[in-house]
Amino acid sequence: MLDADFFRRWMTATAASVDREAERLTDLDSPIGDADHGSNMQRGFIAVVATLEKEAPDTPGAVLMLAGRQLISTVGGASGPLYGTLLRRTGKELGDAAEVDEAQFTDALRTGVDAVMTLGGAAPGDKTMIDALVPAVDALEDSFTAARAAAEEGALATTPLQARKGRASYLGERSIGHQDPGATSSALLIAALAETAGESDE
Amino acid sequence: MSDATDKLVGIVLVSHSAAVAASVAELATGLAGGGTTAPVAPAGGTADGGLGTSAELISAAAASVDRGAGVAVLTDLGSAVLTVKALLAEGDELPDRTRLVDAPFVEGAVAAVVTASAGADLAAVEAAAAEAYAYRKE
Repeated sequence: MLDADFFRRWMTATAASVDREAERLTDLDSPIGDADHGSNMQRGFIAVVATLEKEAPDTPGAVLMLAGRQLISTVGGASGPLYGTLLRRTGKELGDAAEVDEAQFTDALRTGVDAVMTLGGAAPGDKTMIDALVPAVDALEDSFTAARAAAEEGALATTPLQARKGRASYLGERSIGHQDPGATSSALLIAALAETAGESDE
Repeated sequence: MSDATDKLVGIVLVSHSAAVAASVAELATGLAGGGTTAPVAPAGGTADGGLGTSAELISAAAASVDRGAGVAVLTDLGSAVLTVKALLAEGDELPDRTRLVDAPFVEGAVAAVVTASAGADLAAVEAAAAEAYAYRKE
């Protein structure tokens, strides 16, 4: 079972990973975006960790809803409302249960990913975070480790795609050949999830 | 009609740039002419003055123009649109009867402010702003 502490550690692990990879995310965002994805995500997750420490929400749903709210407030770019919606809708779906099992979490995360697709109007193949998140949720039905691999594969598979959403879409064919920064940060989020689940197993 | 002028629809202009939001607010208010003009608030850039979108600035701007007749929010692109949609989905971040208006930013802002200043309701303000899409320049 996954409790509030598990979700807090997931957010902390994501913050650490985003912090480590901020420069790479910004480098990826430089040729096809506005070169701020790393610093935006870093700012957002620093705020998430600070708020979770201060307010100490005590259910999985409350942790994710608070984290999502912080991302919407502090990121400053499109990744704020998109990741914010992902976490908030997932958290809302979990309700006020003190613990959730992996199947419940998988269903809730799928609801969150659907909400991101609705908000941004993106579908798989558009070269966005969805290309990492959809395969991750599908694989999460098997295991956290499978989800991590699927998200990483999904992010890598955005390289040959032409962007159809966001600022990168203005570049048309010139967006081909670059890995999508949003799919890359989504892979970090899922990798942090697997890392957190791995720690729990020990 | 007195009720309409007491309770004008408020307009919020959300841009990635503080200068753009402020200038469009100035332009739209200026073109709305003399007399009472509807309350207009810019919400441009991030809270620290950079390019981007600030949920805090948007919420504060919407609260500042709310006269009880609703608030029409016009945005430029990308994160401005997504942040307003996310705030609307929250339910309690923006005043009751706040709407994201699907309209061109500059032309829509002028149409919205002129219409709101004439005492029109939220639906009429929204329709006037959206109609700006139909105005061709060739």
